Amino acid sequence: MKKCIGSIMTLALVAALMTGCGKTDGGTVSTDGSTSMEKVIGALGEAFEQDNPGMTFTYNPTGSGSGITAVAEGRCDIGLSSRSLKEEEKGQGLTETVLALDGIAIIVNPENPVSDIDLETVAEIYTGEITNWKDVGGSDLEIVLIGREAGSGTRDGFESITGTEDACKYRQELTSTGDVITTVAGNPGAIGYASLASVKETVKALSVGGIVPTEESIKDGSYVVQRPFVLVTKSGTALSETAQRFFDYITSPEAGGIISSAGAVPVN
Amino acid sequence: MRNRKRLMENVIYGIFLILGLITVGCVFLITVYLVISGIPAIRKIGILRFLLGKEWASTADQPQYGILPFILTSVYGTAGAIFIGVPIGFMTAVYLSKIAGPKVKSAIETAVSLLAGIPSVVYGLVGMMVLVPGIRIAFRIPDGASLFAAIIVLAIMILPSIIKVSLTALEAVPKEYEDASLALGATPVETYFRVSVPAAKSGIAAAVVLGVGRAIGEAMAVMMVAGNAPNMPGIFQSVRFLTTAVASEMSYAADGSLQKQALFSIALVLFLFIMMINAVLNFFLKHSKEN
Repeated sequence: MKKCIGSIMTLALVAALMTGCGKTDGGTVSTDGSTSMEKVIGALGEAFEQDNPGMTFTYNPTGSGSGITAVAEGRCDIGLSSRSLKEEEKGQGLTETVLALDGIAIIVNPENPVSDIDLETVAEIYTGEITNWKDVGGSDLEIVLIGREAGSGTRDGFESITGTEDACKYRQELTSTGDVITTVAGNPGAIGYASLASVKETVKALSVGGIVPTEESIKDGSYVVQRPFVLVTKSGTALSETAQRFFDYITSPEAGGIISSAGAVPVN
Repeated sequence: MRNRKRLMENVIYGIFLILGLITVGCVFLITVYLVISGIPAIRKIGILRFLLGKEWASTADQPQYGILPFILTSVYGTAGAIFIGVPIGFMTAVYLSKIAGPKVKSAIETAVSLLAGIPSVVYGLVGMMVLVPGIRIAFRIPDGASLFAAIIVLAIMILPSIIKVSLTALEAVPKEYEDASLALGATPVETYFRVSVPAAKSGIAAAVVLGVGRAIGEAMAVMMVAGNAPNMPGIFQSVRFLTTAVASEMSYAADGSLQKQALFSIALVLFLFIMMINAVLNFFLKHSKEN
């Protein structure tokens, strides 16, 4: 009896280990990487599991860098990165497939007369070099910087696009997109950022360099406050059957609806 | 037959004992878990740099883990809430126990109970939509989310506990004390403040400590009105409390990272604060029983 329990436990342990790496297990696709992609990949994984009974999807939110390393070392099937691959990463034999684009809207109070801004000015505002709206063509009002908490994908995206990593002088760090929008809607001097899909009419999304943020302008790349959501795979190595099916599923045009409802702009 | 009865009794005693131990077990588990997960980061960062460091930048390239701003904010915020909440709550309790007529009393008591039942997220939401813009306009500052807003919200949140506990203490004062004072020619107000209140003082002290405990542990409402920037506290400064420091970054911190461990260390510091407050509370309660 004891032996029996022991072997069952060993089996269970082996099974657990195999789910962890997933590479060799036929029924599992494992992803690892960007925390910003959590919503998109989570929604896709859920739909995939529903359409393919018996197949399991796992996602390990570790960050883009760790995800790329994990796929390079063969610890997962598909790496998730919320930035394009660097040349040296491509040199290691990794391939990138853009899954979706994430547009970040820069929002102000509707009473604010400013409606256009350029990327350098945004960076100067967020690093505290410009502190009054009158310096950027608005009324004489102190600028109130609203942002997200450390670790948030939107904050990470915004700061990396504007080049203001760790330099933002936030007045408020809020923990959800909804709170950011509510706060900006309630303060005429406020500026904030939020994923474009969640912006409501209670706030005004600024155009950046004359380009209004829309799904089209994000897709054609003219709206610059955006970043790609990238699937990273090993070049020349075939994916497992399940992983390949998952890959095809999420890059198909049918998955576009799921991606948009999760707040990103699908590219396929 | 008798044996069976006794067995039954014992079984029931056993069940009650187990139920009683659930609470003890929970406290024990939480304590052990917090200590185990809170110690590593403190050791890695260094206790002095952790407790007295003035800068918190957990996701920067060169991370800084100083929680002095959070500790001071929690202390100032709680002190401010007590400063505003205790006089109001205490006077309300005196009014309810000594002066108010039965109808007024029951109306106010119902309102106090309702106030206690409002979830903290609702306090936060109202604070965010009404109080924060109100402070911005009233004080002509660029943004109203500040320590001051948090103090106001906390002061209102601790009112029910202060009123209820002080009220119980005041009502426990024997009527003979007051009658004697009145018979000696003291006015009713003199009697309340010179006789009733001193007689109830340890109960009232317990009410204050309970308020402190409630205020220092509140996270949700504070997170929505305080601004959450890790600044050193100032009355109109955007600040982060110990509670909100844990709550706001926990969801994104990667498992096993120093950031997550440091968040547990903050929780441990908060836990020690609350333990201390509980010890003080127990002291006052014991004191009031002995009297």
